[in-house]
Amino acid sequence: MNRTRPMLPYMVWMTIFIVVPLFLIVYYAFTSTEFNGVALTLDNFRRVFQPVYMKVLWRSVKLAVVSTAVCLFVGYPAALIMAGNAFSRKNTVIMLFVIPMWMNFLLRTYAWLTLLERSGFVNQFLARIGLPSLNILYTDSAVVLGMVYNFLPFMILPIYSVLSKIDRGVLEAAADLGANKVVTFLRVILPLSLPGVISGITMVFMPALTTFVISRLLGGGQYTLIGNLIEQQFLVVGDWGFGSAISMVMIILILISMAVMSFFEDGEEGRALW
Amino acid sequence: MTDQQLVHLVGVSKIYDGTPALKEIDLYIRRNEFLTLLGPSGCGKTTTLRLIGGFEQPTTGKILFDGRDISSIPPYKRRVNTVFQRYALFSHMNVFENIAFGLRIKKMDEKTIRAKVGKMLDLVNLTGFETRSVDSLSGGQQQRVAIARALVNEPEVLLLDEPLAALDLKLRREMQHELKNMQKQLGITFVFVTHDQEEALSMSDTIAVMKDGEIQQIGTPEDIYNEPRNAFVAGFIGESNIVDGVMHEDKVVEFAGQVFDCVDGGFGKMEPVDVVIRPEDVKLVQPEEAKLQGVVKSVTFIGVHYEMIVQAAGIDWLVHSTLMEPVGAKVGMLVAPMDIHIMKKVSFG
Ligand SMILES: Nc1ncnc2c1ncn2[C@@H]1O[C@H](COP(=O)(O)OP(=O)(O)OP(=O)(O)O)[C@@H](O)[C@H]1O
Ligand SMILES: [Mg+2]
Repeated sequence: MNRTRPMLPYMVWMTIFIVVPLFLIVYYAFTSTEFNGVALTLDNFRRVFQPVYMKVLWRSVKLAVVSTAVCLFVGYPAALIMAGNAFSRKNTVIMLFVIPMWMNFLLRTYAWLTLLERSGFVNQFLARIGLPSLNILYTDSAVVLGMVYNFLPFMILPIYSVLSKIDRGVLEAAADLGANKVVTFLRVILPLSLPGVISGITMVFMPALTTFVISRLLGGGQYTLIGNLIEQQFLVVGDWGFGSAISMVMIILILISMAVMSFFEDGEEGRALW
Repeated sequence: MTDQQLVHLVGVSKIYDGTPALKEIDLYIRRNEFLTLLGPSGCGKTTTLRLIGGFEQPTTGKILFDGRDISSIPPYKRRVNTVFQRYALFSHMNVFENIAFGLRIKKMDEKTIRAKVGKMLDLVNLTGFETRSVDSLSGGQQQRVAIARALVNEPEVLLLDEPLAALDLKLRREMQHELKNMQKQLGITFVFVTHDQEEALSMSDTIAVMKDGEIQQIGTPEDIYNEPRNAFVAGFIGESNIVDGVMHEDKVVEFAGQVFDCVDGGFGKMEPVDVVIRPEDVKLVQPEEAKLQGVVKSVTFIGVHYEMIVQAAGIDWLVHSTLMEPVGAKVGMLVAPMDIHIMKKVSFG
């Protein structure tokens, strides 16, 4: 078939950058290098399930869930306001969210570091208006703040794009049939926006689960999330086998969460069909 | 007329960004009436419905419902339901849930809902489609869901914005019949919008012919067809020959270079007028029997009769006749005095 031809460069690309690295991860995770060669082993996985590492894993999942939830509760109303605005102002509001994304991710996070310092901008401001100082730097809260700040646009934009495509006529139809604003929101707008919510959650949860820069900068040197752990194994400790095993566990976690999300999506469609 | 006025538009205008869509409309709709708004695209039919439904506010004037000004009442509190021109179905719900939407908001019990929705589905010929997603329906099926969704609420006034436009001729006839029946049975007041003059004539108690945001004429289908008030109404309702004429005196008019007797009067001496003659009122005879002589230019058989174009006095006349004259034949054209309708010239646009 002539459809396979244009696919070829894509396949090569996929193989080099996705399939081969994945294969290498699996290879390193299940092998150990002995004096007399390479041996198959499950040791790396046994280590992952030690309490110390399970704790890191648990904390990563917890923080990712919290950040995603905060993004959702902040992002949904923001998207709603943006979608409800008149055309001229709409673009300005979108730009307010998009412009920070043009700045380097590291710079943005460093900025928070200085803002949150003991004598940083935030505390100076709090002192000025006579409030006690806030020392959240190097805690979970700072890491969550950093994640929310960095990932919020990934929540807002998909929700916004679904909301702004909802036909005004449908909202008028709901009003016509007796639904006030609240009922219209609950029965029409919210269900119609679910696909956006689901892709927003996916787009925030994944980077939140795997980040190592935000946790390093705002959580401090000792602060370890699963991303930091993997980074350490590869770059500091040099234990590629263990690093690969953690990576595999994380990939599986992500696959599970994606499966859960797509189950929700299907559930919605299933209900519509029912 | 002494019948009760349910909805009354009093001097209602609607201006969108400086362009008027409705100009000082006065219109009342009686209880249980089937009123049709008829007019060309862009004349303000949808705007009128949206004002009654509450989706737009009048720029000037007010809307009375049962004698009460409803200008400040939001759509969801009005006892009015709408069949929207673009259906506006809920794509996240199946057919059943779409129709049940209004009933669920009224918190009816499940049994009543099932019964009512079932009845509606039967009415619009969609039994068995309950669980289909609305996106999988054809245009005509979607339109029928929209009708059922509005009608199931048994509103006092039902606004229908070209509800049959997407249906084929047979289904359209059926639905026209059904809608008319329901309107009589349920005692619901219908405000119906259409482009289609035949539909308007066959269904309505009253027709309001609109043009450029103004009501040109309002009356029974018979009135509007037989006594169109101006050349626009005559041209829009049924096919017409509209030619320039001059009133010599009462009951004497000159057009196409000849002087004819007619039955209208009350015009100024030598006043220019529009003369309207329906194609079916022209009788083709031997050339020497008539004042107007012409040559047949084309003949088309369209089912019940032949549609012919006859050129006479430099004008192309549309003539309907059950007898065919061949192209090129010389014919005479007779029109009875009462079929020569004289209309005051109005400037449009
Ligand atoms: N929201 C709006 N903003 C600006 N102009 C509008 C708006 N809605 C309608 N108009 C204008 O008002 C006029 C009347 O429109 P309306 O929709 O009432 O026409 P209509 O008679 O329903 O036509 P159709 O038969 O094509 O549906 C049109 O010129 C239209 O462009
Ligand atoms: Mg319209």
